[in-house]
Amino acid sequence: MGTLGMGALAQSLRTDRGGRLFLGVLGVAMLLVPALNLLPPATSALHLSSYTVTLIGKYMSYAMLAIAVDLIWGYCGILSLGHGAFFALGGYAIGMYLMRQIGTRGVYGDPVLPDFMVFLNWKELPWFWQGFQSFPFALAMVVMVPGLLALVFGYLAFRARVSGVYLSIITQALTYALMLAFFRNDMGFGGNNGFTDFKDLLGFSLQAPGMRTALYLITAFALGATYVGCRLIIASRAGRVIEAIRDAENRARFIGYKVESFKLWLFVLSAVIAGLAGALYVPQIGIINPSEFSPANSIEIVIWVAIGGRGTLYGAVVGAFLVNYAKTYFTAALPSMWLYALGALFVVVTLFLPQGIVGAIGGWSLARRRPAQA
Amino acid sequence: MEPRAPPAGPSVITTLRERLAGGVRSAGTGRPPGLDATHGLILYLEDVTVSFDGFRALNALTLYVEVGELRCIIGPNGAGKTTMMDVITGKTRPDSGSAWFGQTVDLLRLSEPEIAQAGIGRKFQKPTVFENHTVFENLELAMTGAKTVWKWLSVRLTSGERERIDAVLETIGLTDRRRERAGALSHGQKQWLEIGMLLMQDPQLLLVDEPVAGMTPQEVERTAGLLSSLAGKHSVIVVEHDMEFVRSIARKVTVLHEGAVLAEGSIDEVQANARVKQVYLGE
Repeated sequence: MGTLGMGALAQSLRTDRGGRLFLGVLGVAMLLVPALNLLPPATSALHLSSYTVTLIGKYMSYAMLAIAVDLIWGYCGILSLGHGAFFALGGYAIGMYLMRQIGTRGVYGDPVLPDFMVFLNWKELPWFWQGFQSFPFALAMVVMVPGLLALVFGYLAFRARVSGVYLSIITQALTYALMLAFFRNDMGFGGNNGFTDFKDLLGFSLQAPGMRTALYLITAFALGATYVGCRLIIASRAGRVIEAIRDAENRARFIGYKVESFKLWLFVLSAVIAGLAGALYVPQIGIINPSEFSPANSIEIVIWVAIGGRGTLYGAVVGAFLVNYAKTYFTAALPSMWLYALGALFVVVTLFLPQGIVGAIGGWSLARRRPAQA
Repeated sequence: MEPRAPPAGPSVITTLRERLAGGVRSAGTGRPPGLDATHGLILYLEDVTVSFDGFRALNALTLYVEVGELRCIIGPNGAGKTTMMDVITGKTRPDSGSAWFGQTVDLLRLSEPEIAQAGIGRKFQKPTVFENHTVFENLELAMTGAKTVWKWLSVRLTSGERERIDAVLETIGLTDRRRERAGALSHGQKQWLEIGMLLMQDPQLLLVDEPVAGMTPQEVERTAGLLSSLAGKHSVIVVEHDMEFVRSIARKVTVLHEGAVLAEGSIDEVQANARVKQVYLGE
């Protein structure tokens, strides 16, 4: 990147008011949240519980996932209803590392085999579990497994010119198929229980307050970096081609752009971001199971983006935070009402705020300024 | 109808292009060679026949276009105007005949994108610009060059490229609207922008399909000026119904009828032609 990258970044942020605001808020939250968690005594009104820190960290990993979906949906018109699969695969990859870290502290005390394998009477570690005791290897898998799946899937789909609602349907099928596969015990991923009861990461206990703060900070940093990276892509000439493909695919092809390779490249990148988000999510939440693959999860991500405002990147963040906060609140206060509330929210936003929440706010502030000018 | 004798062999020179080339048949390697318009002609359509389910859309059409010429093609509906454009751009393959771009480029061997690359740009009737991009960005997108993802991520516009875009903006008269969204332009301005996008690809031959349909009189006038200014640097073929417009720009008019050339000449000659009056002008 170097100086050219910094110059391009400054230039792209100059026109991106929402992005500057978001990065500012994120910077403040990176300082304030850990400070309020660690400094005031637990009895103080200013104290933030570790639960809250982890909750915000979880929302941040969701926000990363939402940016990944907005990148392909909002800017390239690829409506993926299967991004939960890439998120879950990233989560499973880090989960395998965390399982290997448990070692003899498991219920059965086997130094190599995770509990569920001992329970299934397996004698040795399957080949695809090899290497996951190494953190760098697991990290590489977090990137490569979602990336390779997206590469193969995207190559086949885009080359066959599958687009629009047909693509959405096959992405749903993809995540559904993976859910069914991961539910099976003999797949070797813990069946419907998935992985849980993690102990430590890189030798540090996951339960320690310092570890929670560190995970929170890493997630916040990753969210910021994701935003900046995606913004740079959108602001580049490639970004203009990507938007041109969204608006008039055939025209872009006729001009001479290799539409398929632009789409494939963006789709793979989006899947990798989703995988990283999943890898940040799992250590904070402490569990990963096949329900993360459920088709409804992937649809929910699209709803976050639609509610926040698609095609803005920061709108995806706003949507992910608002919807998930509402979900946390409703599922505690009125558990049976959550799905109705989510549905109602989606209908209201689609009918009255087609640009999402950030679009509506942008519209209001524009309308406020206009009479002043006149 | 008497069956036409097939070309007896390479030694028999049957077409104007071959006569000009001094009797040397080009081998036709399949790859587009450079444009060779040394004999002053840029397009050779010879004996082109296209049938759709027995209907002859083109019937042994023979047409030559000179380098730098602005040619108008007129004719009643079904005369074969659009089919002719389709043959030139590779969208339709003729049943027989030949189509050459300059001396050396055999259009019948090339795919649509290859023909576009070789230097033939086509503007369709309905304007299709990228509505959410600015006028400037539309021209930037249309610029020729290696169009791969990796290059486009890092590469910035060079000052030379900027100058080229500025020059095209000047030509199409949209310099003061360069920062506006293309979707906010009027119908006529969109048409000019699309012509500008074609110009960014630096074509030698421009095919323009009914450019003034739906335009205001002022816009028609500006379009006439624009197309006239392009002739010379580019060869331009315009298909148009609007006779006033044709009169205002054309130096040479070709009248098509039932898939073949009915008459060719200046607009006055053509309008005076008895057969043209009969079939086209309805007199």
